[in-house]
Amino acid sequence: METSTVFVALFLFVLVLLVFSPIMTWVERKQSALMQNRIGANRAEVFGIKALGLIHPLADAIKMIMKEDMVPTGAHRFLHLVSPFIAVVPAIISFAVIPYGGTYQMWGANVSLCVADLDYGVLYVFAIGSIATYGSMLAGWAGNNNFGMLGSIRVSAQMISYEVALGITVVGLFMIFGTLRLTEIGVMQQETFRLFGFLEHLDLVSAGTAWLEWIRIPMWGIVLQPLPFFMFLTALMAENKRAPFDTPEGESEIVAGYFIEYSGMKFGLYMMGEWIEVVVISALLTAMFLGGWSLPWVSESGMISALTPSFGENMANLIAMVLAVHVFLIKVVALIWFQMLIRWSMPRFRYDQVMNLGWKILLPLSLANIVITAFGILIVQEVTR
Amino acid sequence: MRTALFWIFSVMAVGSALGVVGSLRSPINSALSLVLSMLALAGLYVLLEAQFVGLIQVMVYAGAIVVLFLFVIMLLNLRGSGAGSAESRPIGKAAGAVVAVGAVLWLVRRLAASRAPWPEVDPTYGTTRAIGEALYTDYVLSVQVAGVLLLAGIIAAVVLAKKKID
Repeated sequence: METSTVFVALFLFVLVLLVFSPIMTWVERKQSALMQNRIGANRAEVFGIKALGLIHPLADAIKMIMKEDMVPTGAHRFLHLVSPFIAVVPAIISFAVIPYGGTYQMWGANVSLCVADLDYGVLYVFAIGSIATYGSMLAGWAGNNNFGMLGSIRVSAQMISYEVALGITVVGLFMIFGTLRLTEIGVMQQETFRLFGFLEHLDLVSAGTAWLEWIRIPMWGIVLQPLPFFMFLTALMAENKRAPFDTPEGESEIVAGYFIEYSGMKFGLYMMGEWIEVVVISALLTAMFLGGWSLPWVSESGMISALTPSFGENMANLIAMVLAVHVFLIKVVALIWFQMLIRWSMPRFRYDQVMNLGWKILLPLSLANIVITAFGILIVQEVTR
Repeated sequence: MRTALFWIFSVMAVGSALGVVGSLRSPINSALSLVLSMLALAGLYVLLEAQFVGLIQVMVYAGAIVVLFLFVIMLLNLRGSGAGSAESRPIGKAAGAVVAVGAVLWLVRRLAASRAPWPEVDPTYGTTRAIGEALYTDYVLSVQVAGVLLLAGIIAAVVLAKKKID
């Protein structure tokens, strides 16, 4: 990897993290206000400037930092200190493998918009996510609080249950694309297939019929695996422990669950972790199911070669790169909005309902999906031979 | 860089492994040392170009199995107290230490004697693709047998759990 690659990737990385996580608090407030027919955050002001409530994230940060940092008596001091970090760091470093764009040749440099293009990209996210369990589960135990303990037990049970479904749900997608590398999955999703192409292969219409070319569908993950997209989203949201899966917090039952004994910025870190995870979930879903950084029906290499005569190779690559990042961000924002919509329209599931959904619905469905996808791949291979 | 990482991970693995047996007073500390040890092992696997094994180590052992250990410890609320009996037997402890150190020294000597130069490893050696190909071509029978065993284990677990509830 060259220096410029690292630089661009890190720039985006920092931009996304620093901009998204405070803005998410504002988005959440405004979205909930809209959905509940309220006005929402609009009180905080600096010299009379309210900026649609955008000052609130700043006020939050100042308030959290100024608050007294309580450590309850009988707490395990070390674990109480490190748990918030164990919870928030995995969420941040998951971004490393998510590609914001492809690879571009500009002014002699090879710019890749992926911090770490690993062969086992998605597995890395899962592995890192499984470590995040400790951050939540140790928090409840370390605080020496019975409600916290209940939260810990719930959190560990819930996260382990959904990790199983989480991994198996997307196996079908990997079978189709044949790789775990997110950049390769992104490139493959730029291709299209003919919706009625099978008619030609079955000799129902003569080969090379013109109208077969008219209806082409992009090979996005959501087109190839529509049900797993929603199952994966569900499992990820359960891993994130936000409503409707927030039984580990369960304000009405166990007060605040695992982070009950946290105050100030340590509490803020748990909130930050949740919001960053919302962005990670959206980015991961975009990269795997929604075509990544590409527009539908537009091949990136085709676009660059089309732009090269009028803009020159360097500028054509730059335009493609800027477009890619924007397309990616728009998709991510749309998915964030969708998650907020779910979060504010569903009541909390009961604990046994959460468990039933994970073990009795998601897991069998995802196993069935593997078998069906395998048969599908075999049939496609037979027909197109 | 690789050597430095190797030493960091190995010291971490051995140190936290000692922590697992050493922290008699708190089962939670033991379990957490186990997690650290497993993470360090995963790091060593990655250094050996076996990235897939390393990640599965993190996902399955550090991320799931030890979480279940912790789950049980928390559920039984094992705080401090236990395992006081070991402290009252200094002779037993000393004997155990001698045996353990002796075994390690013997093992190190045997391994050092039979140590061959490290083979050069192809970068694609530990990739997901390579492991998948090996598992589903050469060792497909073993995979199937393991699958049946796991299925039997799952069914047995469900049956046992059901009996308790009824």
